[in-house]
Amino acid sequence: MSTMRKIVIVGATSAMAEHCARLWLQQGVDEMVLIGRDVQRTERVAADLRVRAPQCRIETISSDFLQPEAIARTVDQACNTINPDIVLIAHGSLPEQADCQQDLQQNRAALEVNALSPVLFAEAFATHLEQAGQGKLVLIGSVAGDRGRKSNYVYGAAKGLVTRYAQGLQHRFAGSRIQVLLVKPGPTDTPMTAHIKSSGAKLASVEQVAANIVSGVARGKMVIYAPAKWQLIMLIIRHLPRVIFNQMNI
Amino acid sequence: MKVYSWGRLSGEPHAVSMLASAGSLPALADGQRALPHGMGRSYGDSCLNPQGTLWKTTALDHYVSFDPESGLLVCEAGVLLRDIQRTFIPRGWILPVTPGTQLVTVGGAIANDVHGKNHHVHGSFGDHVRQLRLLRTDGSVIECGPEQNAEWFAATVGGLGLTGVITQACLQLRPVAGPWMETETCPYHSLDDFFQLADTSEAQWEHTVSWIDCMSGSHSRGIFMRGNPAAADISQPEPAAKALTVPLVPPVSLINPLSLRPFNAAYFHAQARKSGRRIQHYAGYFYPLDNLLEWNRIYGPRGFYQYQSVVPRHVGQDAVAAMLKEITRSGAGSFLAVLKTFGNRQAVGMMSFPQPGVTLALDFPNKGASTLALFQRLDAIVREAGGRLYMAKDARMPRDLFEAGYPRLAEFLNYRDPGLSSALSRRLIGY
Ligand SMILES: Cc1cc2nc3c(=O)[nH]c(=O)nc-3n(C[C@H](O)[C@H](O)[C@H](O)COP(=O)(O)OP(=O)(O)OC[C@H]3O[C@@H](n4cnc5c(N)ncnc54)[C@H](O)[C@@H]3O)c2cc1C
Ligand SMILES: NC(=O)c1ccc[n+]([C@@H]2O[C@H](COP(=O)([O-])OP(=O)(O)OC[C@H]3O[C@@H](n4cnc5c(N)ncnc54)[C@H](OP(=O)(O)O)[C@@H]3O)[C@@H](O)[C@H]2O)c1
Repeated sequence: MSTMRKIVIVGATSAMAEHCARLWLQQGVDEMVLIGRDVQRTERVAADLRVRAPQCRIETISSDFLQPEAIARTVDQACNTINPDIVLIAHGSLPEQADCQQDLQQNRAALEVNALSPVLFAEAFATHLEQAGQGKLVLIGSVAGDRGRKSNYVYGAAKGLVTRYAQGLQHRFAGSRIQVLLVKPGPTDTPMTAHIKSSGAKLASVEQVAANIVSGVARGKMVIYAPAKWQLIMLIIRHLPRVIFNQMNI
Repeated sequence: MKVYSWGRLSGEPHAVSMLASAGSLPALADGQRALPHGMGRSYGDSCLNPQGTLWKTTALDHYVSFDPESGLLVCEAGVLLRDIQRTFIPRGWILPVTPGTQLVTVGGAIANDVHGKNHHVHGSFGDHVRQLRLLRTDGSVIECGPEQNAEWFAATVGGLGLTGVITQACLQLRPVAGPWMETETCPYHSLDDFFQLADTSEAQWEHTVSWIDCMSGSHSRGIFMRGNPAAADISQPEPAAKALTVPLVPPVSLINPLSLRPFNAAYFHAQARKSGRRIQHYAGYFYPLDNLLEWNRIYGPRGFYQYQSVVPRHVGQDAVAAMLKEITRSGAGSFLAVLKTFGNRQAVGMMSFPQPGVTLALDFPNKGASTLALFQRLDAIVREAGGRLYMAKDARMPRDLFEAGYPRLAEFLNYRDPGLSSALSRRLIGY
């Protein structure tokens, strides 16, 4: 039904990415390349998707996610395999804020995986999309990137960097057939948030969030809040006067 | 966090963690016990482990392989039956056995050896499991099936999550023409009628079930529903999946004697008017309540029980009549009351519920002592009839009835995983 026939997913083992992939396959995809850091986990996702859509050719690449040369090589390999219509960059990891404050090593690791790694992938894909002259580059940021908060600013800052990077790419490709889309999920029920959930937090279902992402990507929305209500919530939070904001325990 | 089972009788704190990989289990601290937990669609306490750990399996939701020649599907245990139906019915394959909701996991369906409306033809869920992989808390892995490690298989099918965590299963799907069912609705006005309908339908119809008006006393009126997969593909648009959610827990049960009698009467007459044959989509036919999400909230903050028994056929009619009489007299009960026959076959699991006979299932709003007193009277009838109660629904059965109903208990205990325990196992087995 759609023209989005070839898709690359970085961080393909993410629950959000998997659910997006399942929805895309239902709509019809010809070829897919899944990139993950662990062969077994990535193959597990590929096997699942192959059962769901036997007509789609699905390949996997395992890669280092931090080394610039490895990232460049992986992206070349993916784009030699298929000419993607959509690239989704989904990986990330939610660190303990307190650990990051006490241990700079962990702090750095969190910044690397949530900020540096995705934007290096994005930059490498941007080059390929530019050559191909079309395609959608989708990055997953977070509502946490919209305003720094004491409970989560290391992760938030990393996602903020992704936000700004996406903005720059959007500017660069304005008026072209290349679209750069930024997804900002709210708290979602995935393995990443399992420890928050056990303390009783209310989380959106990953199916719901994936459906929001897939429809936002189809419409070419530059910023996709998922679920959509977070757009309003974050509008308010971003604009709360500091005196009020500082009273809040968030 | 507080965890409720489907009956919402208790919301006790549990340490909940999501199993992320089918390869290994999280370590357990000394003396700590865990329990695998699927969709929590069991009504009572079989899926709960208060003050202990729950391992949610719903992220183990990957297919592993499917062979379109043989219909063999290998998948992880957290896959929902709904997803299997949605993926494979369009390709001509269907799950041979599903319960009255498709929002359950493969692991949960195996651990309760669930049954559907077609027991007389296809038995229970375990009859279609070719193999499963069991992960024990000591780290060992046991592959078992009807031919391989058959004793482990028999312990784990219907094994209530107590023999290990099922991480993956191989299921035999059945060919199907499409998503449509040919159904027929027949009102009945006595238990005699019911049994006659059941007996005469079994040869021709794959699915049989009946709704019974538990307020009708000795008249025992109800609606008998039978169905077959429609033979050729029917080109009707499939209904869009629309779901409503019961938005809150009302302060008191909306199901009470005042609402029930007129409601049941209205339902009976409406269905009786619609009697006859028609074509129905499989989802609406098999899983009528799945579009009303969280309907279990209508019973209010105290929750509800389901009481499901099976009694042997030769005493079945008398036992069912006696139970209905007690229920009508008590004025308890609810709209959700199901009466159906099981076929003449033994289940594969040592602790499986289905056995030849007739099964009656009813919901009861929890009104405390009076509800429990009614159950004691029903227990006496079941005990006398040589029947058993269904653990997937149970939160209160007495131990002697459990032991009498499940004669293979001692054998089953040899296969327990000492790292796993549930509220039900502590209540009925001691640990
Ligand atoms: C509306 C409704 C209609 C129903 N109709 C029927 C019916 O017609 N027939 C019928 O038989 N049942 C019926 N049921 C009951 C339901 O099918 C069972 O309770 C089923 O087992 C629930 O599956 P679950 O995934 O929610 O498992 P849970 O309820 O979460 O767990 C059930 C048991 O399975 C164990 N378990 C779960 N996953 C695993 C695993 N991976 N490995 C090992 N053990 C595991 C748990 O420890 C627990 O003992 C119905 C329930 C509802 C709510
Ligand atoms: N869940 C939420 O509430 C939420 C909210 C806002 C934004 N997000 C964002 O949404 C995206 C998807 O997350 P999710 O919720 O789907 O989480 P998830 O299921 O836990 O997936 C996390 C993904 O990141 C990968 N990953 C984790 N640490 C990594 C590392 N150090 N190096 C390389 N890859 C790593 C994982 O790979 P492995 O499988 O190999 O571990 C996995 O693919 C992330 O960018 C996340 O930040 C999530």
